[in-house]
Amino acid sequence: MTFDLTSEQQLIRATAREFAETQIRPIAAEIDRDSRFPHETVKRMGELGLMGMVIPERWGGSGAGAQAYVVALEEIARVCASHAVVMSVNNSLYGDPIARFGTDAQRERFLAPVASGHAHGCFALTEPQAGSDATNQATLAVRDGDHYVLNGRKRFITTGREASFALVFCQTDREKGHRGITAFVVEKGTRGFTVGKTEDKLGIRASDTAELVFDDCRIPAQSRIGEEGQGFKIAMTAIDGGRIGIAAQAVGIATGAYERSVAYARERKAFGVIIGEHQMVQWILADMAVAIDGARLLTRKAAALKDAGRPYRTAAAMAKLFAAETAMKVTTDAIQVHGGYGFIREYEVERAFRDAKITQLYEGTSQIQKLVVARHLLRGDHGGA
Amino acid sequence: MPNAFWCIVEDDRNGSPKKVMAEVIGEAARLAPGRVEAVWLTDKASEAGLKQLGEWGAARVLLLENAVFVPYRSEVWAAAAADLAAKESPAAIFAPVTSRQREFVARLAARLGVGLSADSVRFAMDGDKLVATRPVYAGKLLSRVTWAKSPWVATLRPNVFRPADAQPGKTASVERPSLTAPGAQMKFVERREEVSTGLPELTEAETVISGGRGMKGPENYVILEELGRVIGAAVGASRAAVDAGWRPHRFQIGQTGRTISPKLYLGFGVSGAIQHLAGMRTSKVIVAVNKDPEAPIFKIADFGIVADLFEVVPELTKEFKKLLEK
Amino acid sequence: MKILVTIKQVPDTATQVKIAADGKTIDTTGITWIVSPYDEFAVEEALRIKEKRGQGEVVAVSLGPDRVKEALRSSLAMGCDRAIHLNDAAWSAADTLATAKALAAVIKQEAPQLVLCGRQAIDDDMGAVTAQLAELLGWPCAYWIMEAAIDADGKTVRAARQVEGGLEVFDLPLPAVLAAQKGLNEPRYPTLKGIMGAKKKEIKDVKAADLGIASEPSQLSIVGLEALPPRPAGRIIQGDVPTAVKELVRALREDAKAI
Repeated sequence: MTFDLTSEQQLIRATAREFAETQIRPIAAEIDRDSRFPHETVKRMGELGLMGMVIPERWGGSGAGAQAYVVALEEIARVCASHAVVMSVNNSLYGDPIARFGTDAQRERFLAPVASGHAHGCFALTEPQAGSDATNQATLAVRDGDHYVLNGRKRFITTGREASFALVFCQTDREKGHRGITAFVVEKGTRGFTVGKTEDKLGIRASDTAELVFDDCRIPAQSRIGEEGQGFKIAMTAIDGGRIGIAAQAVGIATGAYERSVAYARERKAFGVIIGEHQMVQWILADMAVAIDGARLLTRKAAALKDAGRPYRTAAAMAKLFAAETAMKVTTDAIQVHGGYGFIREYEVERAFRDAKITQLYEGTSQIQKLVVARHLLRGDHGGA
Repeated sequence: MPNAFWCIVEDDRNGSPKKVMAEVIGEAARLAPGRVEAVWLTDKASEAGLKQLGEWGAARVLLLENAVFVPYRSEVWAAAAADLAAKESPAAIFAPVTSRQREFVARLAARLGVGLSADSVRFAMDGDKLVATRPVYAGKLLSRVTWAKSPWVATLRPNVFRPADAQPGKTASVERPSLTAPGAQMKFVERREEVSTGLPELTEAETVISGGRGMKGPENYVILEELGRVIGAAVGASRAAVDAGWRPHRFQIGQTGRTISPKLYLGFGVSGAIQHLAGMRTSKVIVAVNKDPEAPIFKIADFGIVADLFEVVPELTKEFKKLLEK
Repeated sequence: MKILVTIKQVPDTATQVKIAADGKTIDTTGITWIVSPYDEFAVEEALRIKEKRGQGEVVAVSLGPDRVKEALRSSLAMGCDRAIHLNDAAWSAADTLATAKALAAVIKQEAPQLVLCGRQAIDDDMGAVTAQLAELLGWPCAYWIMEAAIDADGKTVRAARQVEGGLEVFDLPLPAVLAAQKGLNEPRYPTLKGIMGAKKKEIKDVKAADLGIASEPSQLSIVGLEALPPRPAGRIIQGDVPTAVKELVRALREDAKAI
């Protein structure tokens, strides 16, 4: 067992950190305040290869693998969770399933531009009545000769407004329940496909979260990913990988808040000494450090299983659960360390606190992760442990 | 004269030595009284300039006067100076840190096969050996170095060493050694002058004002320049301000900019990142004005004001004006 | 056109440096190492020259212990074609001249038309190796360059060097040595493809004997390192702005005698 990063992973980490510090940090507070999608920096992340890390080189990605991906994603999230979620969705939720389930022609058309960072992809599963219960899809796709006609609405879609391609899950056979779900790629500009409301959010405010509306939207049958009825499996596979990404995002958010807290504890004085001299502050910092390290190790383990081609569903759920809970706890405590200053917009921990919350919600709430873990435990699968 | 301490003359390109030479000569005289010689490579030395070197304490001036030395090319300077050194066998070769000296002296040391201590801030004799002290690791540590053999080649950081007091009437003997003018491989094309701010040069100024991220934009530097005109200070900037494009890079103070060591440093809206401290830490008196009481610059400042620089600067300009009018 | 870039691995500026037990070197445990920032300008310029000419080779060279491979790999990730690692205990206490001699020996073997260096390494801040290389090779040299352009036939480089009060432009016949100043360019980040591709590129290990260099003591040696003398505690001047400013001016004039 080794805990060392390979030299490539170290370089990737250094590049991601340098980029985050010099390019993202100066704008992070402002884009959060204004809810502004950071086109310029996201484009440069694409040029660096961060948008297609888990995609093979052949399809425009950098083929760096899941372990390098979580290392880089953590560095981005450490500075800005909004950039991190855009990166995560492009890689895990959009890119990875198309690389796995698409045909070469589909990969050429739908994947290469996204993996190389020239366009964004989004993942449209959630509906007004289908959140945690994703089996309950209401969006319909009806076959009509060489085409499908889509009708329905998708809600809370990350990068929904900015994406050029949407991986959309629809019911093609209601009778079959979730075995009747099918995946399609719908391109921006297709008639009948519009973006509805963009949400005003608590956190990750610089990423866009939008509603996608399909109103007699006709798409060619070649845009179907996989077979009819395979959609749910595609979605779940994507989300398994996505959870590793969100775990990395949560570790990054927590790390950023933790580092701010340590720096503050070294500088701020109370009762005549720096607050880091007080045992109660030391306890908080120690708890933060232990939890973050645990979350990071779980995240890297899930990524390592994925890279090795072994089952990782349980490991991903464990990592996502623990990392999300850690992010929320660490950012809450970070504000406590900062006292009243932590409650003020000028201090970064305030943003980290708001950003942390979403990690407990999307790609399966913490409760859903427990469900996934427990089901596998009862089947005798201990998540690769 | 064998065993002399050579001081390579940096001039104003107008026939006179720069003021920093008083520091170089002063330090050489402290280490080797009566053995200080000025070596001047120039196209034209003025009588006043030669007189000045004598008054500062040079016993002898070795004047290499030839058009080939201007504009400066290290290949030409090193060849000429090395020939002279071979004849004269100096004990040490000192030069101030300037754009050309730092290159020339390094090249000369290689030609002579001896060591170089660049950007030295202190010297001491240890028996018959010279030991130099110089900042390393972004000024976080000091390194004491010594040479395997002489001549001991070193450059001296400006504004650090006590300048020689001019002694009116004291003169140096001026010699013009014969010289085979070496050929130059590189050809001069043009010189592009910077738009002058009318303020002193950053590395030479006794007082330096620096504006950081707190300046909020390029348009606000006029208030610093106004203050600079009142107190005769150079105006520089932190990396954050330069990277934001507010000031050209030549104004950057710090690790990837200029190293300064003025008598007085005034930082406005400068946070005091390590990169910046690396370039100004040896300033004698440090004043910091910043809204953020936690800004690291306050840790090394002698005087600090926690306030909005846009309120402080005009007030300070007014107060200094009053003081200097008296 | 073959271009050789010299790079040095140095501690990150933000790293705390502690003096090692020998009193002459720093304790390297826990140090984050980076490529000296000025060397990145040199690498970037070399890559741009190659890209502009549409052909050529960029070779990165560094002297130092095993860890230096990481710095070379990062240059390869930026786009250098191959790397040479001067790795020999004989160079462990090398001063600028010994370093320049080793580099000059490699340059003679490689015979590049252009050598690009950073203006100084940010650990010992000597800024001497470029000029010393030029001297040992007998080549022309320009320091602190802000612009560099190779002419169409690849015979000369036009370089603008930063001096007090302006820029001086020269034509240097090739081969020549240039020292890069900040402002020359904006170095690229290594892309992930570059990083993944770097492991397929060659890093050649070179010993002193391979260069026919006899071991000789350094001309400049370190007697000892010392911590900075602490600055006397400063004073925060209280009061409203006009009052504080008046007090500051008084203190600068009367107490510090700085104005």
